[in-house]
Amino acid sequence: MNPPDLSILPGIPRAAEGPLFREPWEAQAFAMAVHLRDRGLFSWKEWAQAIGAEISAAQQRGDPDLGDTYYLHWLSALEKLVVAKGAASARALVETRDAWDRAARATPHGRPIELCVEVKPS
Amino acid sequence: MAHDHDHHDHDHHHEGSELSDVALRVRALETVLTQKGLVDPAALDMIVDTYETKVGPRNGARVVARAWIDPAFKARLLEDGAKAIGELGYGGRGGEHIAVVENTSAVHNMVVCTLCSCYPWPVLGLPPVWYKSAPYRSRAVIDPRGVLKDFGVTLSDDVEIRVWDSTSEMRYLVLPMRPGGTEDWDEEKLADLVTRDSMIGVSQPLAPGART
Repeated sequence: MNPPDLSILPGIPRAAEGPLFREPWEAQAFAMAVHLRDRGLFSWKEWAQAIGAEISAAQQRGDPDLGDTYYLHWLSALEKLVVAKGAASARALVETRDAWDRAARATPHGRPIELCVEVKPS
Repeated sequence: MAHDHDHHDHDHHHEGSELSDVALRVRALETVLTQKGLVDPAALDMIVDTYETKVGPRNGARVVARAWIDPAFKARLLEDGAKAIGELGYGGRGGEHIAVVENTSAVHNMVVCTLCSCYPWPVLGLPPVWYKSAPYRSRAVIDPRGVLKDFGVTLSDDVEIRVWDSTSEMRYLVLPMRPGGTEDWDEEKLADLVTRDSMIGVSQPLAPGART
């Protein structure tokens, strides 16, 4: 067997250490998965499988997967697992996302964004 | 404090705010799960604070330094990593099962998670970006010597490299070799030489004198 051609593998992105979370949503998404695991909604094993599958799927779609998209995969895995476990419906997540979007657009810069009363996801 | 945002004509001269798609999705998850009583927002804040300020590689450095000066502790550490680490007060999520692998003059250990980013949180905190990247996850297995070179470590050819694949069920911590010239050093001083990367196995501890 020929040795693998290592030159085709891109370099490891290790330049900047940066902050733990680059944006607040990354921290929130991280904490939610940890919290739900703590509360027993799923196990570490289920979590590792979910995020592993998400990462593979992203790579198939052409994500170079350099670690900077990691929390995107984290969030997608979390959404799927939450729905699979029956903790929330996919529809409620989409509707609530859209409600937050409307709330944001209706809120002037610098003011806290609050969700409107119309939203009562079930 | 709910407002009816359907009637905001008077606000049209303001520029609205915009949240990214991912930020919106995260808010949606939190809203729905909080309303269902599955998520406690205060607990989320505590989790973020814990990993931003309390848990990090300094914990692992203390474990390594203790092992360097206390042979009985080191024996317990190699026997059952998570249990011995618990003696120093570290443990909990992401550290339920930790195996500690010892570097010697004949063997160098390196840790990767080929699937995702399993990592011993209680002793190392959260993994760096490169640990989560596909190049590291694949190259660490295919070409560990080349990866070490990228990190500035050159090992002689007769040193065996062992690559450990962390999983959700078993996470690994490397016990690096104690640097020479530190024979009379105490635990605290030794801990300053122990870097995060040396506990992942992609670098060596600092040499004495590298930190003052």
